[in-house]
Amino acid sequence: MLLVTGLALSFLYPLFLAVWPGWVRGRRAYWTAAVPALLFLGCLQAWEQVMQGGMVILDLPWAPSLGVSLTFTLDGLSFLFSLLITGIGTLIFLYASAYMKGYADSARLFGWLGIFMGSMLGLVWSDNVITLFIFWELTSISSFFLIGYYQEDQASRQSARTALAVTGLGGLALLAAGLLIGQETGGYGLAGLQDLQGLLTASPLYPLIAVLVMLAAFTKSAQFPFHFWLPGAMKAPTPVSAYLHSATMVKAGVYLLLRFSPSLGGTEWWTWGLTAAGGITMVYAAWQTLFRTDLKALLAYSTVSALGIMVFMTGWGTEAAIKAAVGFVLVHALYKAPLFLVAGILDKVTGTREVTQLAGWGRALPFTAAAGLLAALSNAGLPPFLGFVGKDLVYEALLAQGNSVALWGMALAFVTNVLLLWAGLQAGLRPFAGKPAPGSGRPLSPGAWLWGPPLLLALLGLVAGCWPSWPGNWLVTPALRVTGFPGREAALALWHGYGPVLALSAATLLSGALLAVFIQPSATRSQRWMRWERIAPEAVVHAGYRVFSTAATRITRLLQNGYLRHYVFAVTLFLLVVTAIQLVPLLADGQLPYRIAAVTVYEVMILVMMAASIGFTVFTRSRLVAVASLGVTGYAICLLFVFYSAPDLAMTQFTIDTLTVILFVLVVFRLPRYLTFSTPAIRWRDGIQALAFGAVIFLLILAVLAEPVTREVGDYYARNAYLLAKGKNVVNVILVDFRGLDTLVEISVLAVAAIGVFGLLKLRLKPTEWPEK
Amino acid sequence: MNKLILRTASRYLLPLLLLFAVFILLRGHYLPGGGFVGGLVAAIAFVLHAFAHGLRTTRHLLRIHPGYLMPAGLALAIGSGLLPVLARGRPFLTGIWHPEPLAVIGGIGTPLFFDLGVFLVVIGASLTILFTISETR
Repeated sequence: MLLVTGLALSFLYPLFLAVWPGWVRGRRAYWTAAVPALLFLGCLQAWEQVMQGGMVILDLPWAPSLGVSLTFTLDGLSFLFSLLITGIGTLIFLYASAYMKGYADSARLFGWLGIFMGSMLGLVWSDNVITLFIFWELTSISSFFLIGYYQEDQASRQSARTALAVTGLGGLALLAAGLLIGQETGGYGLAGLQDLQGLLTASPLYPLIAVLVMLAAFTKSAQFPFHFWLPGAMKAPTPVSAYLHSATMVKAGVYLLLRFSPSLGGTEWWTWGLTAAGGITMVYAAWQTLFRTDLKALLAYSTVSALGIMVFMTGWGTEAAIKAAVGFVLVHALYKAPLFLVAGILDKVTGTREVTQLAGWGRALPFTAAAGLLAALSNAGLPPFLGFVGKDLVYEALLAQGNSVALWGMALAFVTNVLLLWAGLQAGLRPFAGKPAPGSGRPLSPGAWLWGPPLLLALLGLVAGCWPSWPGNWLVTPALRVTGFPGREAALALWHGYGPVLALSAATLLSGALLAVFIQPSATRSQRWMRWERIAPEAVVHAGYRVFSTAATRITRLLQNGYLRHYVFAVTLFLLVVTAIQLVPLLADGQLPYRIAAVTVYEVMILVMMAASIGFTVFTRSRLVAVASLGVTGYAICLLFVFYSAPDLAMTQFTIDTLTVILFVLVVFRLPRYLTFSTPAIRWRDGIQALAFGAVIFLLILAVLAEPVTREVGDYYARNAYLLAKGKNVVNVILVDFRGLDTLVEISVLAVAAIGVFGLLKLRLKPTEWPEK
Repeated sequence: MNKLILRTASRYLLPLLLLFAVFILLRGHYLPGGGFVGGLVAAIAFVLHAFAHGLRTTRHLLRIHPGYLMPAGLALAIGSGLLPVLARGRPFLTGIWHPEPLAVIGGIGTPLFFDLGVFLVVIGASLTILFTISETR
């Protein structure tokens, strides 16, 4: 119950902030962290049930006819992610309260952070592919707003758009995969999906499903070639980068792969897809860090690389490999989030994020330096930090494979780890070591709320590394059970004995340290490398985006030229052509019924009336006459409805026509005298088009008559109108009861249209509000 | 144009037409009619009044901007749909009826309130559009 309340709260809190944004200005802002803290405690409380195999948080039927239910469960895997989301979330909220002090609209940041946290929890708790998709998209959307938080900055907006485009694409792939899985297995539930592994992997649709799931995971977790949105996302405020783009959201893709690994894994497609993408990503991104001098960009690429390691390990699919992936999720969160937070403090205090310009800040910022150092050492994989345990898991799993492919993988992992070690030292150690740059005075102390959270996280990495059996037994083993492995006790250990793994670890440390001594981040190298960016995936996508946007602008200029007569012309012409293509062959084949029932004298009279009034409308020189005769046409149609026993329709048409005439008259009074805008040629063209359109509609009605009539629906309504809905007027019963939802939407549309008219005509912008030219 | 006749007539026609609109609304359950037509008739009644007495007088008569009728109607329609969910645990928009029909009005149930919501939205939307257009210069 605590968890459901917390989830609801994380969505309601932003609403509260929207009404009262002043709440988070000042000291009260720290109370914001109560929401994630509450959820964190709720998750901890559920620990015992998770150990016994998971628990159901909420089970509500949502759309039972579609097999979609709002079911939230907490099992080992989601438990690990929930603790990361809420635990790191609590610290991030505290940090952000101090970091965003002085920003007028910090409420917007906290609101979206709350929505993000709620959707992320919904994502990992979802026991249903459809709800999983919905929360998946919600995280993308909240990420979009958070990346674009500095909305007056054009680069921010551009990055936000790129991120949304890439992750949104993946979301669509996830929906498609979910629908295909539902089609194959007959349900959308995730629980018990691993029992259907045989069915799924044998299905002819399996390759498609696997590729779609991978596409979703790779876009979200920034795998090559979709990785570029993540470095761009660093335009967000630093707490957001630490939370979304390093510790939690980007791991949603890894979560998805782990979740589907028992049901979709174990095939060539899966293994090769994941190991190839993960392998390329981890080396490519780690290599990129050598050429970054901006702290956040450096960390972003090292995050991409770490995500690559997780995907790579998940791909192997053995128990040891999955263990390494799950373990690395935890390890990475505990050192990468503090590194980001430290970078944020440096940025705030010193005003720069350029690694080349930062040195010697250790004395002035002792606690920040301690956090950075601890995190960098954990990242380096120095014993007894948790990073050491994580690195060992990777090497161990790859060695256990014992084939040549795994040895190549090992080489890749080694290179990646060395480069990542280098990156970690640049971010966590370099700004604090050495002599302070001349002229940099003693800065303002950042305050405990800023250095506390990263220090706490980094210390946790040390403590967990000293006693690795705790996180091993409580977090990693339960998560492993979910992925289909028994998950033995003592999943993590610091000491693996002397052997190749230890040798590899030592070699990694040594090489990384040597690299750090000989290679310094340099702006010139970074600039030299930048010319290759032209052929990077990012540049290709941006070029495509420019082409797309130019084409869209041209098409819009062509179609949306502001003349109503052009719109009417284009719309009717389109309909005319599309319908004619379908109907004219039918006419030629003689499939349309030509025999028409006997015509009564009333009908002839109405037709004459209609024809006459249309003639008046078209040929009159007076607007008032045109409007009035248009009304006569409408009334004639009403009469037709009456003759064909549709009194409801006739009444409505009658009142509508009356109002239309009134409306026209109101407008006519304000218009200048009749002017001729069009040339005779254009009028001929329009006349011919109008006649052709009428003819096509006539053919359409004939074609409808030719279709065999299905009376089922109509009969159902007629029979049940009184029995079920207690009404005798079937038309009205359908409107307000049987299809009430349609009516509800229709009246909403009506209201929106009225507001639109009101807004268009009444809006008077002040000169300051005019759009920029 | 001498509008004396129109003025006098419209003064009496307005309540009559509004009554007629409500009549159509209630009648819709068993016979042709309903909220949509009823709303349009009511809108015509006000427009007629505006023609005779000027927009300002009609606005004064209405007291509130007709636009406010739209959210009110939408809320009524959604509320009548939510009532079965909250009270009986039935799906959204399930009809619930009072067992005994009332005098004059007839059967009382959530669909009637739904129709009343439609009625209000139609009045609000059509009057908003008409008033806005006739005020603009």
